Amino acid sequence: MSETTAVNPSLEAEAITTVERGQWALVARRFFRHRLAVVGLVLFVLVLLFAFVLPYFWTWDYKIHPEIPSRAAPSLDHPFGTDKAGRDQLGAVMRATAQSLKVAFVVALGSTVIGALIGAVAGYYRGWVDALLMRVVDVLFVIPFIVITAAIAGAIDSSVKWYHMALILMVFGWLSISRAVRAEVLSLREKEFIEAARAAGGSAWHIIVKHLIPNTMSVIIVSVTLQIAFAILSETTLSFLGLGIQSPDTSLGLLIDAAQGVAFNQYWYLFYIPGFMVILIALTINFIGDGLRDAMDPRQTMVRR
Amino acid sequence: MVVFIIRRVLVMIPVLIGATILSFLLVDLTNDPVQQQVFEIQQSTGEPVPQSTVDALEANLYYDRSIPERYWLWLTGIGDTNGDIGLLQGKWGPSIEGSATDIGQEITDRFAVTLRLVLFATIASIGLAILTGVISAVKQYSKLDYTLTFIGFLALAMPIFWLASLLKEAAVQTNDALGTNLFKTYGSGTTGFKGNGWELFVDALPYLIVPTIALMLGGYAAMSRYQRASMLEVMNSDYVRLARAKGVRNRTVMRRHALRTALIPVATFAPLGLATAMGGAIVTESIFGWRGLGAYSLKAIQDGDSFAVMAYLLISGVVVLTGILVSDLLYGVLDPRIRYE
Repeated sequence: MSETTAVNPSLEAEAITTVERGQWALVARRFFRHRLAVVGLVLFVLVLLFAFVLPYFWTWDYKIHPEIPSRAAPSLDHPFGTDKAGRDQLGAVMRATAQSLKVAFVVALGSTVIGALIGAVAGYYRGWVDALLMRVVDVLFVIPFIVITAAIAGAIDSSVKWYHMALILMVFGWLSISRAVRAEVLSLREKEFIEAARAAGGSAWHIIVKHLIPNTMSVIIVSVTLQIAFAILSETTLSFLGLGIQSPDTSLGLLIDAAQGVAFNQYWYLFYIPGFMVILIALTINFIGDGLRDAMDPRQTMVRR
Repeated sequence: MVVFIIRRVLVMIPVLIGATILSFLLVDLTNDPVQQQVFEIQQSTGEPVPQSTVDALEANLYYDRSIPERYWLWLTGIGDTNGDIGLLQGKWGPSIEGSATDIGQEITDRFAVTLRLVLFATIASIGLAILTGVISAVKQYSKLDYTLTFIGFLALAMPIFWLASLLKEAAVQTNDALGTNLFKTYGSGTTGFKGNGWELFVDALPYLIVPTIALMLGGYAAMSRYQRASMLEVMNSDYVRLARAKGVRNRTVMRRHALRTALIPVATFAPLGLATAMGGAIVTESIFGWRGLGAYSLKAIQDGDSFAVMAYLLISGVVVLTGILVSDLLYGVLDPRIRYE
């Protein structure tokens, strides 16, 4: 992606006075040289502030209030306008972004932990454990997750909450991570340091958690970012179809669904702002993931080409 | 090769059976069509539903049996009482719509509609992805490369349902502005239209354009990145350098030497793209009012029509597995370094 073409003049000075740097310091340095990734990170932090902090300072929440006029155009009182039912759209978008992000974070975290553990166990033990776990992955991969998650979400009697969505999406979220981690572990387990750990009497659990998983961290961290993007897009899609988070709570998918047919009339902002938020989150997360992948690639040299 | 195909198909069968067991379990545990039906009858008549009706519903939908029994019945049809269930006998099970609706017939009709959309979208996205990916690679780090890359990222981040809604309204606006009826935004063809193959195609085309654009974007984004990376790798390989060193024209090198090899990964990726597009079609079809498989599955979920949901899951599972198989085979056919025993 963004390539800093000019060689930093301070680099030459560094080459003479070598400073000891840990692996993560190096990763951070490389990451912060990745211009697009840094822009993505800054924007993403702004989105987080918008979703989780700004509501405390804003007059209106996402609920219907009788004193809010219906379908008002954007103004100082209601910067994003108001919707048909009399909700402040800024309040609604903040809440919706927060809900969608909460789903995304929980899915990313949960499915990464599950996927990493299953992948590491499969790769470490090999044999029938590996075969069994990977067949489970195959089976889940074949099931179209939108349909099955919709079927499960539709069955929750009371209105679907964000944590329901997160749990359901998690069931299908861990597949790719487990494959990636397994592939890494398959080669790692033959390395000397694992043999040493085994010789020193380390239990399988100890080796997996303390030695194998930390060494696949680069794969894992990149997959967290991909998972966040995946979860945001899936959650909003399901909510849009009416099979996800239900009103009175709100989600970016629900807001877009409510704004069907207004994209080209005077209420256009109701359609574009929630859509823009989805795109912004997925885009910045992808940029961050791209930057992290480059930064953690051991083949990358200190100086970015 | 034949042995390889047979072996792969044999491996696929247990995976497919496992997938049907798991999805049957999930659909069954979360949906109760009988209860839903009873509730609807109660809503429309306003009276409590007599036990005899409930029993009849249960018997019709085979919900008087346990889940394992019902699965066995769904798969084999051995021991059915109504003669409408048993996948291996070509019967898809009863729909809650009543005996007038045959799930098998419904699925077959709608599969053709969905396939049309998915095929068009996949072909279009592959074509565009190859074009932009190659341009990006050849003009690496140029303004054009950055622009195309950014568009790719944008397409990757854009939810299909949002884009589809936007395009739909944009098409309506265009029609209004031009005073034409160029783009159709509802349905997959003129209802009741009869004609030969070509006439049918001409009739369907205006309905196809906008949904295809909406659906192709998701597949396009990933594939163009892929194409760019593979083209770059080939361009830096020794044999391309050799061709250049021999004095072959740059154009010829690109077209005859580099592009051919660089197409291999994308070609193997394409069948999987078809499978992904099946998922995207669910949203696209429901927005554009197509009577396709995806829309059917959504309706089935909302109605708690378990056997119809199962039928969709099975079809989609077969498509995904076939996609994976074809992708593996293409890899072997296109890449001379790979030999199947």
